Amino acid sequence: MTPLTIFGISNTALLAVTAALTGFALVALAMWIAGLISPRSFNPQKGEPYECGIPTRGESMTQFHVGYYLFAILFLMFDVETVFLFPWAVRMRELGVDGLISIAVFFSILVLGLVYAWRKGALEWK
Amino acid sequence: MQDFAVITNWIHNFLVSTLGCAPWLAVTIECVAVGVGLLLLYALLALFYIYFERKVCAFFQCRLGPNRVGPWGLLQSFADMFKILIKELIELKNIDKFLFALAPYLVIIASMLAFAVLPWGNGLQIIDFNIGIFFLLAVSSIGVLGILLAGWSSNNKFTLIGALRSGAQMVSYELSIGLSVVTMVCLAGTMSVTGIVEAQDRLWFIFSGHVSSIIAFIIYMIAGTAETNRGPFDLPEAESELTAGYHTEYSGIHFGFFYLAEYLNLFIISGVAALLFFGGWMPLHIPGWDAFNNIMDYIPSVVWFVGKAIALSFIIIWFKWTFPRLRIDHLLKLEWKYLLPINLFNLALMVCIIIFGWQI
Repeated sequence: MTPLTIFGISNTALLAVTAALTGFALVALAMWIAGLISPRSFNPQKGEPYECGIPTRGESMTQFHVGYYLFAILFLMFDVETVFLFPWAVRMRELGVDGLISIAVFFSILVLGLVYAWRKGALEWK
Repeated sequence: MQDFAVITNWIHNFLVSTLGCAPWLAVTIECVAVGVGLLLLYALLALFYIYFERKVCAFFQCRLGPNRVGPWGLLQSFADMFKILIKELIELKNIDKFLFALAPYLVIIASMLAFAVLPWGNGLQIIDFNIGIFFLLAVSSIGVLGILLAGWSSNNKFTLIGALRSGAQMVSYELSIGLSVVTMVCLAGTMSVTGIVEAQDRLWFIFSGHVSSIIAFIIYMIAGTAETNRGPFDLPEAESELTAGYHTEYSGIHFGFFYLAEYLNLFIISGVAALLFFGGWMPLHIPGWDAFNNIMDYIPSVVWFVGKAIALSFIIIWFKWTFPRLRIDHLLKLEWKYLLPINLFNLALMVCIIIFGWQI
């Protein structure tokens, strides 16, 4: 499979940078136009946080539920293991039974991790 | 089957041979052309999707939807775009100005990069290399950073809760998307986007992988809906609880970027579903029906791809008007206790199907 890209540009990084710059240009351009044509007025009340009209109480950047953090850690574990499955998935047919046995060991560790987290109650939202 | 590489090669030859441009100049002109094309396509698709969603929503609720601006209300989205451009950008107190300004850039750039990987037609892929689908997964997960930054920097409790919910939801469901993609990569034997499309020349993957592809497709659609923060999974912007979620404090066009990225992500999710399960731009081929296959080849590949993507996004929009919103613990339970084990089992099933040569 030859890496073919539009216009025969074989440099993928160049095209990726072009796409990223296009995204940047979209935001910058729209912000610039909006800055030119949108009205401006000053009012001391306007800069307050919008919390349904009631004056805000206490710090806004408060402590948050630890559950979010726990799920982020679990995600990190499983996502990194999913990344390791990709190279094997591509060469699966060539690697055959040997590759299958190796990945089965790896896969069972992944499943054990899930079972462990489940039994520990890490998947419950308290 | 027509090949767009003919057109792009002609433009390249025209620039180099007829106009006598230096190679670096030709490449620069082509990159600018790619950028402008992407920008126009991105904006037009977003405007189309806003109109499409409003019309579909209206018909589900026995209303007419937008019908005053232009014929059948077709120009409504353009009017909305100009309206949002002339709205005031409110300057807020106590916000983290740098992160607040950075968040929309991250969200848009992530969706633009993913957008550029999609196979638009035969020879009409912009970023196309041997790990295309992996690149797509990687860049589309940058978007969640933008959402977290937007919620954190706004100095507002609602935005913070919205951003955290969104973060937990998006990272959890990304796992399901990743595993569904691995399942289909097993079947395709390649990660290149063109390679995946060409592997479906004989039969689309949804038909050739038995029940395993169908399970992967269902899981992908559920996880994709959650990934775009839509439908029954719109907890991050639950209006009745959090006003507007992570983008509450954004005003005018600044808010518009999140809105734009949300619709484009809807298109990207359905585009990837079309690529992995329904053959990307590949026409419907049935083995043995040569006459039928030849007739199908006459329909342009762009029409196939865009048609499939829009049909699949119709299903995602349908979800939104059918199911009630989930609660956060139900949402995480659905992912971690149902979708993830089913997905792991499904991957093993797919491996068995391929190893024993059961695929059709």
